Amino acid sequence: MTTTGETTNGRTTVGPIAFVRASTVPAQKPPVLVGGPVAWVRANLLSSPLNVLLTVIGLYFIYLIVPPAVRFLLVDAVWTGDDRNACLAETVGREVGACWAYVGFRLRFFVYGAYPDGELWRANLVFVLCLVGIVWLLSTRMPRKGLGAVYFFGVFPVAAFILLYGWPAIGLRRVDTSLWGGVVVTLVLAFTGIVVSLPFGILLALGRRSRLPLVRLVSVIFIEFWRGVPLITVLIMANTMLPLFLPGNISPDKLLRPIVGVALFASAYMAEVVRGGLQAIPKGQFEGAQSLGLNYWQLTRLIVLPQALRIVIPGIVNTFIGLFKDTSLVSIVGIFDLMRTIEVSLADPRWSTPVTAPTGYAFAALFYFICCFGMSRYSIAMEKRLAAGHDRQGTVK
Amino acid sequence: MSDTAPASGGKRASGEPERGGDARGGDAIVSLFYNPTFRGVLYQVALIAAISFILYEAATNAIVNMRRLGIVSGLSFWNAPAGFDINQRLIDYSSTYSTYGDAFWVGLLNTLLVAGMGIVLATLLGFIVGVARLSRNKIISLLASSYVEFFRNIPLLLQLYVWYNAVLRTLPAPRQSLTLADAAYLNNRGLFLPQPVFGPGSEALLAAAAAAIAAIAFYRRWARRDQDITGRQHATGTVSLLILLGALAAAWFLAGGPVTFNVPEQRGFNVAGGLQVFPEFVALLLGLSIYTAAFIAEIVRAGILSVSRGQTEAAYALGLRPGVSQRLIIIPQAMRVIVPPLTSQLLNLTKNSSLAVAIGYPDLVQVFMGTVLNQTGQAIECVVITMGVYLLLSLLTSFVMNIYNRRVAIVER
Repeated sequence: MTTTGETTNGRTTVGPIAFVRASTVPAQKPPVLVGGPVAWVRANLLSSPLNVLLTVIGLYFIYLIVPPAVRFLLVDAVWTGDDRNACLAETVGREVGACWAYVGFRLRFFVYGAYPDGELWRANLVFVLCLVGIVWLLSTRMPRKGLGAVYFFGVFPVAAFILLYGWPAIGLRRVDTSLWGGVVVTLVLAFTGIVVSLPFGILLALGRRSRLPLVRLVSVIFIEFWRGVPLITVLIMANTMLPLFLPGNISPDKLLRPIVGVALFASAYMAEVVRGGLQAIPKGQFEGAQSLGLNYWQLTRLIVLPQALRIVIPGIVNTFIGLFKDTSLVSIVGIFDLMRTIEVSLADPRWSTPVTAPTGYAFAALFYFICCFGMSRYSIAMEKRLAAGHDRQGTVK
Repeated sequence: MSDTAPASGGKRASGEPERGGDARGGDAIVSLFYNPTFRGVLYQVALIAAISFILYEAATNAIVNMRRLGIVSGLSFWNAPAGFDINQRLIDYSSTYSTYGDAFWVGLLNTLLVAGMGIVLATLLGFIVGVARLSRNKIISLLASSYVEFFRNIPLLLQLYVWYNAVLRTLPAPRQSLTLADAAYLNNRGLFLPQPVFGPGSEALLAAAAAAIAAIAFYRRWARRDQDITGRQHATGTVSLLILLGALAAAWFLAGGPVTFNVPEQRGFNVAGGLQVFPEFVALLLGLSIYTAAFIAEIVRAGILSVSRGQTEAAYALGLRPGVSQRLIIIPQAMRVIVPPLTSQLLNLTKNSSLAVAIGYPDLVQVFMGTVLNQTGQAIECVVITMGVYLLLSLLTSFVMNIYNRRVAIVER
C-alpha cells in the first residue's frame, strides 16, 4: 500500500488509499462530570435503577420524619406562657407543637429538683467544678494529667459532697438528699458510678487475670454475677435487701442505695473493658518488667496499666455512656433523677395538655442525646488518635 | 511475679544493717514472707476470710432484722393464693385460685415471649440498618447512621415511655378503633387480632410440619452432596418452601380444616373476642427491638468492614453478582466477627426486658419482684429467685452461642 495521492485544499485524490478524512472531526461531547454536586448525585444516588428506587424511598422517609419534627419542635412550638392555656390548641387557635413554655416553667425543677432556692449556687458551683475536671482530663492539650486525676477522683468528689450535702460547721446548711433532684441527681449517680467503678473495675480485672486461683474465682463470680442480672433487679435488691443486711436500725440513705447498686453494676462492666486492655499488652512487656526486677505491683502500676488503660479509653467512655443512660432506671425505684422529675411534672394539672408529655420527653431526649452523643464523638476521636500510633508502626487496621 | 530474687541469698550478702540485727527466726519469717507461693496462699486466705466475714455479718444481720420485722423466710409463700390479676397470661391464671408460684411462671413466660420476639425483630432490623449504613446510596446510609446515633444515645427507659405514653396512649378509644377489614382492630386498649382456635385434628398440622422439616433436611443434604459430586446446583430454598407449604396444605385438607379463627368484633364501647395484644407488650417490644437494633447495626457494620476488600474483588472476579457474593462470601466471614458481640447484645435485650416494670407489662420482674414481693414481704427469696432466672438465661444463651461460635470460628492449623 503506497501513497501516491496528493492533497489539495483538503480534498484527497483517490488513489490506493482507502480513506483519508477530509473534514475535521466533529467535537465530542464533554466527558461525564466527575466532580461537583451533579456528578455526586449521579454517582451516589442515581447510578442504577435500584439505586434510584432506594433514593426515592430514602427521600420519602426523610419527608415523613423531618418536616413533622421541625414543625412540632420549632414552627408550631409555644415558647412563652404561664399555664396550660398557652399550649392548648383551643385557646391558642392554631395547631400547637412542643410546649417549651412548660419546660421553661419547670426548668428549675428539672435541673435541681426540690433543692432549696437559696442554696442553688452550691449546685451550680458543683457543675462548674465538674466541668473543670472533665475538660482537664479529656482535653488532650491540658497539662498535668496526673494532677487532674487527683483533682477529679479525689478532691472533687469530697468538695461536691460537702457542697451538695452541706456542712453546718463551715456555714453550709444541710440539704437532705431527698430534696436533691433532676440533673443534679443524674450527674451524682453517673459520677459516683464512674469514680467507684474505675478503680474497682481495674482491681477486678487484675483479679480475673491473677494466677492465684481463689482470687481469680472470686473475681469471675463477681463479674459474671453483676453482668448476668438486669440493673433494675440490682436496684430493687439494693432497695429491699440492703437494709436487711446492715446491722440494727441503720437505714441507708435512699439515694445511697441505688448509688451502691449502680457502682457495683458498673464495676463489673468496667472490669471486662479493662481486661480487654490487659490482654492486649504483649507478653514481652511483662517479661521485660520482670527482668528489670519490678515486683507485681510495680509492674502493674508502672508498665501494664498505663499502656492498658490508654488502649481502652474508648471502651471506658462507652461504658460510661451506658452507665449514664442507665442512671435513668433509678426513677423506677423512686429516686428523683431527671426522668422522674419529668414524669412527676407531667401529672401536674396546671400544665396538662396533649402536647405536654411529648415536650417533656423531647427535652429529656435532647439532654441525654447531647451528653451521650458528645461522649461517643470524643471516644471516636480518641480511638483515631490511638490508632495513629499503630498505623505508623505498620500494623494493619 | 518474681519475688524470689531477693528472697534469701541476696539479702544476706548485701548485709543490710536493719536486717543484720534480726534474730535468725525473724529472718526466716521474712524470707517466708518473700516466698511467692506462701504470699499467694496468704493473700487468698485473707481474701476468703474477708468475704466470709462480710457474708457472715450480712447473714446474721439479715436473721436479726427479719426476726424483728416478723418475716418468716422460706418458700412457703410459693403455694399460697396470689389474689391479684395479671392481664397478659400465656398459661391459665386467675386471681381466685392461682398461687404465687403460678404468678412466677406467668411472669417468666411473658419475659421469654417479649425477649424471644424482640431478639428476632432486633436482629432483623439491626442487619437491615447495618447493611444500609454501608450502602453506596448516600441518602440510605445517612438515614441508617441517623437511626443508629439517635436511638443509641437516648435511654431505653425514655424510649419506652415515649412509645407507651406518647404514641400508643394517643390511639383512639375502642369506639373509634382503627380497623382492617373488620378482622383486626387497633385502639388504646391494644391490638385485636383474629385468634386461631385449634380444633380436633390440629395435631396433624404439627406432625406434617415435623415431617416436612425432616424431609427438607434430607433433601438439602442430598442436594449439597450432589452439587459436590456433579456441580449441578439445586434451588434448595424454593424446593424447601414448597415441601413445607405442600405438607401443611395436605394436612389441612386431610384433617378437614381443623383450625378456625375467633374474629374480634366491635361491641358498644369495647372490642370483644380475638387475640388481644396489650399496648404494654407492643410498647416494650417496639422499644427493645428498635433500641437494640441500633447496637446490632453497628456490630454488623463493623463485621462486614472487617472482611477484607480482596474477598469482594475475588468474588466478583469469579463472576458472582454483588448480592450472591455478599451472601456466600462476605456475610459468612463477617459472622465470625459479628456473633460474639451480637450475643451480648441479645443478652442485653433479654435483661432490658425487665424495664417492663416501668410501663406495667407483667414480666418476671414486675410480677415477682414487684407485686409478689410487696404482698409477701419475702424480699430475699423473690430477689434471689428472679436474679437466678436471669443468670440462668444469660448462661444458657452464652452456652448456645458459644457452640455456634465454635462452629463458625476459623479452623487454624
